[in-house]
Amino acid sequence: MFLYALRRLLLAIPLLIGITFISFLVIHLAPGTPGEIQTGDLSIQSDKEIQKLLIELYDLDKPLHVQYGKWLTRIVRLDFGKSFSPDARPVLQKIGERLPVTLLLNIVEMLIIVVLAVPIGVGSATRQYSMFDKVTTVFVFVGFATPDFWLALLLMILFGVQLGWLPISGLRSLNWEYLSFWQQQWDFAGHLLLPILVATFGGLAGFSRYMRQSMLEVVRQDYIQSARAKGLPERVVIGKHALRNAMLPIVTVLGLSLPGLIGGSIIVESIFAIPGMGQLMVQAVFERDYPVIMGNLVIVSTLTLVANLLADVTYSFVDPRIRVGARRGRR
Amino acid sequence: MTVKRSAPPVALALSLALALGGCGGEADSAVDQVAGRAGEKPAYGDTFIEAMTGNISGLIPNVLTDSASFDVGSMIYSGLVTRDRDLNIVGELAESWKFSKDCLDLTFNLRKNVRWHDGRPFTAADVVFTYETMINPKTPTAYREDFKAVEAVREVDPHTLHIRYKQPYAKALQSWGTWMLPKHVLEPYVREGRLREAPQNRSNPVGTGAYRFGEWKPGEKVVLVANADYFEGRPYLSRVVYRIIPSQATIFLELKAKGVDSAGLTALQFKRQTEYPAFRKAYSKYQYPANAYTYLGFNHKDPRFADRRVRQAIAHAISKHELIDGVLLGLGREATGPYKPGTWAYTSKVKTYPHGMAKARELLAAAGWTEKNADGLLVNKQGHPFAFELLTNQGNDERKKVAEIVQATLKELGIQVDIRVIEWASFLKEYIKKRRFEAIILGWGIGLDPDQYEIWHSSKTGPDELNHISYANPEVDALLEQGRKSCVQEERKAYYHRLQEILAEDQPIIFLYFRDALPVVSSRVRGVVPGPNGLRYNFNEWYVPKHLQRYTSG
Amino acid sequence: MVCLALLAVLAPVIAPWDPNRPDVKKILDAPSGVHPLGTDQLGRDVLSRMFYGARVSLAVGFVSVGIASLIGIVLGATAGYHGGVVDATIMRLVDLMLVFPRLFLLLAVLAFLRPSIWTIMAVIGLTGWMGVARLVRAEFLALKEREFVVWSESIGASAFRIVWRHILPNAMAPVLVAMTLGIPAAILTESGLSFLGLGVQPPHASWGNILNEGKDAIEIGWWLSVYPGLAILVTVLSYNLFGEGIRDALDPRLRQSAGRIVTRR
Repeated sequence: MFLYALRRLLLAIPLLIGITFISFLVIHLAPGTPGEIQTGDLSIQSDKEIQKLLIELYDLDKPLHVQYGKWLTRIVRLDFGKSFSPDARPVLQKIGERLPVTLLLNIVEMLIIVVLAVPIGVGSATRQYSMFDKVTTVFVFVGFATPDFWLALLLMILFGVQLGWLPISGLRSLNWEYLSFWQQQWDFAGHLLLPILVATFGGLAGFSRYMRQSMLEVVRQDYIQSARAKGLPERVVIGKHALRNAMLPIVTVLGLSLPGLIGGSIIVESIFAIPGMGQLMVQAVFERDYPVIMGNLVIVSTLTLVANLLADVTYSFVDPRIRVGARRGRR
Repeated sequence: MTVKRSAPPVALALSLALALGGCGGEADSAVDQVAGRAGEKPAYGDTFIEAMTGNISGLIPNVLTDSASFDVGSMIYSGLVTRDRDLNIVGELAESWKFSKDCLDLTFNLRKNVRWHDGRPFTAADVVFTYETMINPKTPTAYREDFKAVEAVREVDPHTLHIRYKQPYAKALQSWGTWMLPKHVLEPYVREGRLREAPQNRSNPVGTGAYRFGEWKPGEKVVLVANADYFEGRPYLSRVVYRIIPSQATIFLELKAKGVDSAGLTALQFKRQTEYPAFRKAYSKYQYPANAYTYLGFNHKDPRFADRRVRQAIAHAISKHELIDGVLLGLGREATGPYKPGTWAYTSKVKTYPHGMAKARELLAAAGWTEKNADGLLVNKQGHPFAFELLTNQGNDERKKVAEIVQATLKELGIQVDIRVIEWASFLKEYIKKRRFEAIILGWGIGLDPDQYEIWHSSKTGPDELNHISYANPEVDALLEQGRKSCVQEERKAYYHRLQEILAEDQPIIFLYFRDALPVVSSRVRGVVPGPNGLRYNFNEWYVPKHLQRYTSG
Repeated sequence: MVCLALLAVLAPVIAPWDPNRPDVKKILDAPSGVHPLGTDQLGRDVLSRMFYGARVSLAVGFVSVGIASLIGIVLGATAGYHGGVVDATIMRLVDLMLVFPRLFLLLAVLAFLRPSIWTIMAVIGLTGWMGVARLVRAEFLALKEREFVVWSESIGASAFRIVWRHILPNAMAPVLVAMTLGIPAAILTESGLSFLGLGVQPPHASWGNILNEGKDAIEIGWWLSVYPGLAILVTVLSYNLFGEGIRDALDPRLRQSAGRIVTRR
């Protein structure tokens, strides 16, 4: 297993290069360059010279592989370069400002979802077709099908405007600097409550359904029957034996979600005026801000490769019969 | 500094209610807002909270291109001249000026007691520096054009400046309203061509404006603080906070919850969601024509649209009234040309196209479109149906709706319109610049000077230039050239009136409407006087009477 | 679910109003006898738009998820079953696609191709299979070590037969869940795409873009958000039941589970 992990890690480096290179090419497929966009708002005064200036500044006239090469040499020194947008700030700074909030939101959301989804999934599976199952199914799907912005606005109107209990948008109150430490945390929590609620409600469906599905499978297995026959309390049967084996798809889904932790939902962020990664990235796309996009890409790729590796390794722990990397025929 | 909104949320709501209910009363109408109740004296203090949908990209507006940065920048920096309520040019950093009869020599006398935010005095050297920065090829600015007409700028003494133009240039005086930059701070960056990377673009910019920089939290807020040393006297409102809220829906909710003091409303919000008593009491609503018009543009390289009768037919077919009602809920006015009603260059004595399908059909028939095919579409002599793609950019709901109404209207006429909404950057690059379009729905922002050479002149049809409809009319060319060379308003007026007549006759594009700007301002603010220049020209004179101040500050 | 499909197909016949014709006198009317679901921001009847929209949304939902699932199952099964180099290659392809900037691909496609319902379905399908692939692979990894597989192999059954008859039916469970979740996701993705310009072009309706357009009128035009949302919900729930039914029928173990199988409708 250790050798396997090592092999994967070594492979990761050329892989990263490959992935980023292909992505780099695709990014440049989309028409438009940052220079054109900055001066192309069709206002009455626009200047050809500034476009030329920006093109030179950003090396946009060089062939793609040259541009990529330059980027690569800088990245290995962990120099993410400067943003192409008019504020010309270092990419790492721009990402660094927004990453913490997004991470916080996503991690909290993920924790809540896992904590809620597992019992819901298990409960629905063990009581299949019961009232509990039916109600939770509908509830979960309602959460999934409800458009984020609708729920968000509804909650804002209720809690923000009508009742005035919670702030409507933003990360902090305007007078945050003048509050005590604990007041600050309280204020922060108040601002994040609604966004987390909205995000969680929508995301609950995924996990709980996978959990339920998986449990349904496992619960029919023979070894569960035999565990019951042995006279073990139902609790132990489910909690200890069934659950562990049902975790397989959960591990997969968690693994897929890990790289997503640094991505923000543009809708939730716009509505709640939270300066997160979602807004940064979407804006970067529209502005063709290549350094920021590539910077994000590098981080996401690394996370993806790491997450998949972790997921694969975890499979073996969850189900000892699985031997990842074993060739078919070798038993 | 204490701010009343400090307690945890529930207490906040209660205390706010008490505060508002307990002390004094709120304004009852817009009249109060303008005149103030009898006995109210201008008072210093309070914080004004604005909502911005976009992030600012920096603090040196000269090298930026987004309107958010300009709005904030205009508070921090000043120009030599500015515009008053009626759009007349008045002095800001300049006390007076003299323009020679031949429009070639401009002399400015600058104010003598102006200081930069860091305390150093403002002098003519700074103006020369700003000019040199703008024309420096290494400076990434989009607003160089006006200064290219200058032959030389000379500092006569620390408070007098002499500018010589190569030719008479109509926008000369106006161009000196651009933001003045401090030489002693920014010179090294300009020399190296790194103005955008100057620290003043990120924090602590140095300007001469009524407000100083307080704080910028990217993505969250920008805070400006009143400049006590402002040469016209300290502005009354102590702080201005710009909250960055990308969603219009959220801004509206914040408005209702009193989290922001001013916002621009959409037509829907203005008409249907803000008519209830509590809102009218808390906010004053304003309505005046904005400086932008929406149009239906044709590619004149397309033989169908090169025929004037076709364009005129479409002009008759489209009911601008229906458009304004449908898209703006009636909050706009018809456009007959590229100038806004109420400005000096505007004239209403031009040919108009009243809505009439019969007339439209007549014109189309005269242009050769007489037969209809089995689907009800007009066909030409070769049997090709009259169908075209109407492009517009993504992100603009208004234009999309205009396109949809135009589509339905032209369907009645027998013309098939397919709408395509395209993301802005791609739209620009692949369709506009390459002239790969048949018809478009776009808008033009109106500058304060009537010169529109860049848009209508036949020489400006290159790929990066603004005459993307490829319009060419020699008389129009001549008028544009003459218009921009004169600096006598009466003379120019004649040119631009004639220009409008020709454009109305030719209909190179169909001028659809000017939408109304629909701002609201918290009713506790006094001194708001709307006029042709909008609301904000006298922001420095707005104040909140002591008993109504919501955010007390030092 | 059958009802929905029927409605969609019959839309042109049963829709009471022209779904694309603006009427500026009726902007945002509340639901009434004349317009049972109200009118939208340009005065168009929402009920009719919902019928026409059903065609687009259901098609996009089912077809794109179908494509994605198909690709995912095939690739996931191959990777899980063969292991070794095959597995590694396919998984690295998955990694690439996960990181792939889908937005740019869309912008590029949009700029050069005419957007149509087929392009949308293709794009969503071709870029959304990774989850299914990983899920299937995981199941295969687990299942291939099972007794019945080992037995089949020892009897000399061909790989194809083993996969098709033995492993696949057991691996379908998470796939069905993914598909159930994928359908509304695809519908909502389509509305996001039409926001960008790739998607059904105005004035054509789809549930997603009715929702999108209704965003600005939430307070006074609640029907623009509620009805499409309800429609999506109903689609999802009915598909869910359908999927469960299939799974119950296919799963041999469930068949043996005494007394628990209730014949559901």
